[in-house]
Amino acid sequence: MAMFSQNPVLNGPNYSFAEVPKDSVDGLREHRFNPYTDNGGSTLAIAGADFAIVAGDTRLTAGYSINTRYAPKIFKIGGSTSSQDDANILLSVVGFAADGEALKERLDAVCKMYRYRHGKAMSISACAKRLSTILYQKRFFPYYVHAILGGIDEDGTGAVYSYDPVGSYEREQCRAGGAAASLIMPFLDNQVNFKNQYIPGSGVGHELQERERVPLPRNDVEVLVKDAFDSAVERHIEVGDGLQMMIITKDGIEERLLPLKRD
Amino acid sequence: MPGFDFSNYNRNAALHARGVPLPKATSTGTTIVGCIYDGGVVIAADTRATSGPIVADKNCEKLHYISPQIWCAGAGTAADTEFTTALISSQLELHSLSTGRKPRVVTCMTLLKQHLFRYQGHIGAYLVVAGVDPTGTHLFTVHAHGSTDKLPYVTMGSGSLAAMSVFESKWKPNCTKEEAMSLCSQAIQAGIFNDLGSGSNVDLAVITADKTTLHRGFVKPNERSQKLKNYKFKRGTTAVLNEKIITKDDIGKYVSVHELEATEERMDIDP
Repeated sequence: MAMFSQNPVLNGPNYSFAEVPKDSVDGLREHRFNPYTDNGGSTLAIAGADFAIVAGDTRLTAGYSINTRYAPKIFKIGGSTSSQDDANILLSVVGFAADGEALKERLDAVCKMYRYRHGKAMSISACAKRLSTILYQKRFFPYYVHAILGGIDEDGTGAVYSYDPVGSYEREQCRAGGAAASLIMPFLDNQVNFKNQYIPGSGVGHELQERERVPLPRNDVEVLVKDAFDSAVERHIEVGDGLQMMIITKDGIEERLLPLKRD
Repeated sequence: MPGFDFSNYNRNAALHARGVPLPKATSTGTTIVGCIYDGGVVIAADTRATSGPIVADKNCEKLHYISPQIWCAGAGTAADTEFTTALISSQLELHSLSTGRKPRVVTCMTLLKQHLFRYQGHIGAYLVVAGVDPTGTHLFTVHAHGSTDKLPYVTMGSGSLAAMSVFESKWKPNCTKEEAMSLCSQAIQAGIFNDLGSGSNVDLAVITADKTTLHRGFVKPNERSQKLKNYKFKRGTTAVLNEKIITKDDIGKYVSVHELEATEERMDIDP
């Protein structure tokens, strides 16, 4: 490299002893502040015939450190009081925890205002659209989160809506988000939507029949969620400590807390 | 000339003036420790290997053999710790053969630091060197840039702060073998549970004047939980789009096939 060659004949003096150390070559120094942090963690939501399960681990990390072993990522949204006893929507947020908290507060306030003005709770489809607009409002300084909304739709069917950080959304049967999303999602495709599974002996080659998709019973889904997180903990360093599972049915919301590995 | 050598000061100031950043120290995920006791030395390590946020190996070996009475715990770039310790182990064996003496820990430490210094930190090996030789019991740390320390208890890697907190609150002089083993194990566990770069099990080695005992999986506080569901697929679940069977006679057209008598010679495999 020319800078280290120390040969004035070839490329002239590379430096001057008279020069005062500067922080950059042209004398201008750009100051930077990164407003985002990745707090790790992973989430997962599955819709059933008459229920939806939203789950997430409870570890909050920064770099190689664990900030806390219990920081919930799943929130009840749209109850009439702060206790959220009559809430009808679940929101999970993973990514930058501060933005997740802020987004949850925003959406909850919106749902509470809706309830105050209309005298009824917001429907899951209306809330889903509203969350999309909230996210897109910050198109050029996004909420750095992967949000998933869970609830029961007008027909009584379980509903899951998933979002990208700037508000693109879609209703789905299941979705994994966060650090271990790439580890969990293929497992879900196979076990929830039976992807790459065929009915044995139903045909030869391309005539083989795909295994028919049926909505899973609640107990089976809970088992899948626990197994998915146990496996994610094994292979992702940012996932662990506790598993928070919220189950929404027409009768309300149930919460289950299970332990995960802490290493 | 006595005193410090400032001959690089002007060069470094000039390089800094032209925008060359200062060197940055880095260490990758691991917890390794060592502790001297009356009669020997204990070293220990966790068993997690990572690549980014993904766990690459849940039960890797970070305790390396140098000579029968000298062992080394390695943190940093896995390949560098592996090859550096193997290289120095080889040199030390030859040196021992030519001198007819047992290898010394200082010799090992000096060979390591001279090798690492020559490569200016590009070999990312951070080591805890421990052993017993005719001159006594020794414990050193060697950093990738070539600096060394000689202390009664040491920690290295990303979990070094968690591990050191255990030593700084519990260590006392003249401890017994059991106390040293327990202290090292607790220090590694502090790393396993509080540092994301460390995890799984505790490996531990005790070196005394007459023997070295390697405890692989000394503590296993992170056993995998049982799956709640059986994920065995029914035979025929995976689509077979094409099938071709090649018989022994057919393959004889492409390669030469020799019939061998069946013998009871089994391949050596781990039980």
